[in-house]
Amino acid sequence: MNQPLHHPTRVVNRGDRLFRGILRLFGLVVLAIALLILVELWEVARPSVERFGLRFLIETQWDPVREQFGALPFVYGTLVSSLIAILLAVPLGLGVAFFLSEMAPRWLREPVSFLVELLAAIPSVVYGLWGLFVLVPIIRSLELAILRTGLSRVPLFSGAPYGIGMLSAGVVLAIMIVPTVAAVSREVFRAVPDSQREAALALGATRWEAMKVVFDYGRPGIVGAVVLAWGRALGETMAVNMVIGNQPIISASLFSPAHTMASVIASEFNEAVEPMHVAALAEIGLALLGLTLLLSALARLLVLRVERRSRGRQAAQGVTSP
Amino acid sequence: MAVPIRVEHLNAAFGPFQALHDVTLTLPARQVTAIIGPSGCGKSTFVRCINRMHEETPGGRVWGQIYLGDEPVYGPDVDPVVIRRRVGMVFQRPTPFPTMSILENVVAGYTLLPGRPRDLESLAERSLRQAGLWDEVKDRLRDSPLNLSGGQQQRLCIARALAVEPEVILLDEPCSSLDPISTAKVEETIMELAQRYTVVLVTHNIQQATRVSQHTAFFLLGRLIEFGPTEQLFTNPANEQTEAYITGRFG
Amino acid sequence: MSQEPLAATHLPLSRWGISRRQLEGRIRRRRWADRIIRGLMVASVVVVLIPLFSLLIYVGRSGIQGLDLAFFTQLPKPVGMPGGGMANAIVGSLILVGLAAAIGVPVGVMAGVFLARSTSRLADGVRFVAQVLNGVPSIVVGLAVYGLMVVPMQTYSAWAGGVALALIMIPLVTLNTEEMVRLVPRDLNEAALALGVPAWLATLRVVVRTALPGILTGIMLALARVAGETAPLLFTALNNAFWHQGLSNPIASLPVTIYNYAISPYPEWHQKAWTGALVLVAMVLITNVLARFFGRSRYDRR
Repeated sequence: MNQPLHHPTRVVNRGDRLFRGILRLFGLVVLAIALLILVELWEVARPSVERFGLRFLIETQWDPVREQFGALPFVYGTLVSSLIAILLAVPLGLGVAFFLSEMAPRWLREPVSFLVELLAAIPSVVYGLWGLFVLVPIIRSLELAILRTGLSRVPLFSGAPYGIGMLSAGVVLAIMIVPTVAAVSREVFRAVPDSQREAALALGATRWEAMKVVFDYGRPGIVGAVVLAWGRALGETMAVNMVIGNQPIISASLFSPAHTMASVIASEFNEAVEPMHVAALAEIGLALLGLTLLLSALARLLVLRVERRSRGRQAAQGVTSP
Repeated sequence: MAVPIRVEHLNAAFGPFQALHDVTLTLPARQVTAIIGPSGCGKSTFVRCINRMHEETPGGRVWGQIYLGDEPVYGPDVDPVVIRRRVGMVFQRPTPFPTMSILENVVAGYTLLPGRPRDLESLAERSLRQAGLWDEVKDRLRDSPLNLSGGQQQRLCIARALAVEPEVILLDEPCSSLDPISTAKVEETIMELAQRYTVVLVTHNIQQATRVSQHTAFFLLGRLIEFGPTEQLFTNPANEQTEAYITGRFG
Repeated sequence: MSQEPLAATHLPLSRWGISRRQLEGRIRRRRWADRIIRGLMVASVVVVLIPLFSLLIYVGRSGIQGLDLAFFTQLPKPVGMPGGGMANAIVGSLILVGLAAAIGVPVGVMAGVFLARSTSRLADGVRFVAQVLNGVPSIVVGLAVYGLMVVPMQTYSAWAGGVALALIMIPLVTLNTEEMVRLVPRDLNEAALALGVPAWLATLRVVVRTALPGILTGIMLALARVAGETAPLLFTALNNAFWHQGLSNPIASLPVTIYNYAISPYPEWHQKAWTGALVLVAMVLITNVLARFFGRSRYDRR
């Protein structure tokens, strides 16, 4: 042969082609599931979306009997309760992650991280049960104590100390999302090259000062962890439903009973007889889905960016396997 | 059953990067041919073209032709799976299948396919003997291969490749992750293989090439620079780049 | 890191324009800051673990009081009547989780293998969608399955509950399977191909087989997770005070029963809720521990 021959070099075995087709099919099933969730939710919500549109989200009156459907109290409750949760859980989660990745002796790491992961494994309804019978009484006495100090003139701490309400919901949510914050930030810290830590220590930094370097390096990833945990908190249903008091009230007070988007769907959907009530609840579900999609996409993007960056650096240093 | 390998105008690329340029040579049967050259010279890619493994790399493309005896390796009607039955391969790092016992590893070329051929035990024994491993493992055939030393694992991989009764054995730097004693054992095995098979040995170790091969091909930057009897190539190279390499002036 | 005092005497203090006393003060302050911050880290671990232990202790102590054979063998009794159990809910949960596994495991595993073996744009899209699905609130999945199955079938059913749980499982199993398959060294796949094994058999019998312990761990963790899900069952499987009557009828489940009992006004039912929680937590924790114990993949880098 004098001329180099150009071949199509892939003769794919028939079994291979079939197998690849089957795998692809299952990949498509995952896409189909996402589409199906969106379409079905839309179908159920449509009467409400068509009638109220986006105005729905800023109306404050929720009275199914008089067919008044304003979802703002639920949006408010979801945002505020999850914000309380984030404020409590982020420092704690970061502390745990720092402890596990930078401080803990080797023998302590496994058991502590196992216990923290257990927190994530406990079912939501069990948190609700515990919250209702153990946490709420504690919160109630805490609220009483706060009221006695005379802080009740501050709107944040006004109202009757029911125990059940926004504060309890926020605390339960915080406990539930701490493992997410801790696990993701631990991954982020792990991605920080040792050279960064050692460089700081070698310059005479204390352990804490070296940690600040680690923190700085991993900041986008930590923001990602926070956003991811926030997404979890937004969608959490049962535990919140059981301790928040389930009243569509917008109140500045942390002690006031409230309601969230997820929790109103859980409590009213089965009792809803009017078709518009059903649709309105589904529209709340749609809005909740939109909110969490936004957040999880954002979180993904942030975490991904850190991973890419650290991978890029490792490659540049020739750390990756040959 | 051993056949010569005729390579004609072989080219290979990864995506836009061309790794081999117009390689033509014939690797003789029942001999060890060493492929030498600095890292990145295309020697690994070259052997991976012989059993059509190169196209499994993402972006891998091949053009040109290779013949096993008289039969083409590339063509629209050629099934790469059939080629790989005829051309066995052993990799840089030992690759025993961790979920299988030593015995199961040796006969994996059969058990991984549908259907159950008989008499696998005697086949396994024969292959292990050929690979010079039988005496060391005959009492623990049911053990995990991960308990073997690196050299033993590599000879297990040789036995596994031999068990499917190929005509050609490709060895891609088989000793690069082994200690000197294991290396000596594997080299001994390689020399014995040459009595029955066409053996192609990629190595970055010039001494190894002189110890075990009859012919040597020197590659540089994806091109075949020189090919000839090992002794001649090392004592009296025709090309000055070859001389520079074997005297250690680069690479 | 030991906290040896720095040998301040050897430092070129004049160049920095500070006295030795100032320097030593500074070092002392930094050291105190270091201690305080590290103390706070330890404190945060303690603060996080307190609720866990509190929860486990309460569930254990309160739950064990109602734990008897009847709890596992009898139907619930109306308020005021002593005895009774949650046998129907336990069986119902097993059925629902079984349905979810039957649908979710094959889809999740195959989709995960697809993600690990394909470099196509489709695979990138599927991976992204799986990650997003993972963040979708389970109550939203419940709503969607209500529209998908309850509305057309005109009844709540075990089928609908099983599908809802399966949809929650699939992204979990898919992403874990991908990760586990990717941990298997490429060399093994190539070694099998070089033996003349077709790619699909090499994938299944070598690569997936090697990743199997990790894949199974992921499946078990996903099962434990959906076994505790309440929200997606509220308006798909609903509930049922009796033994299950076929998959096309509403079915009781442990989480939903616990929920109903917990928010009821009756102390006897609260007791039942605690016992149910004990059984549920025990199931979930045992699965978690077993999964960890069995599932150490040989190639798990951690």
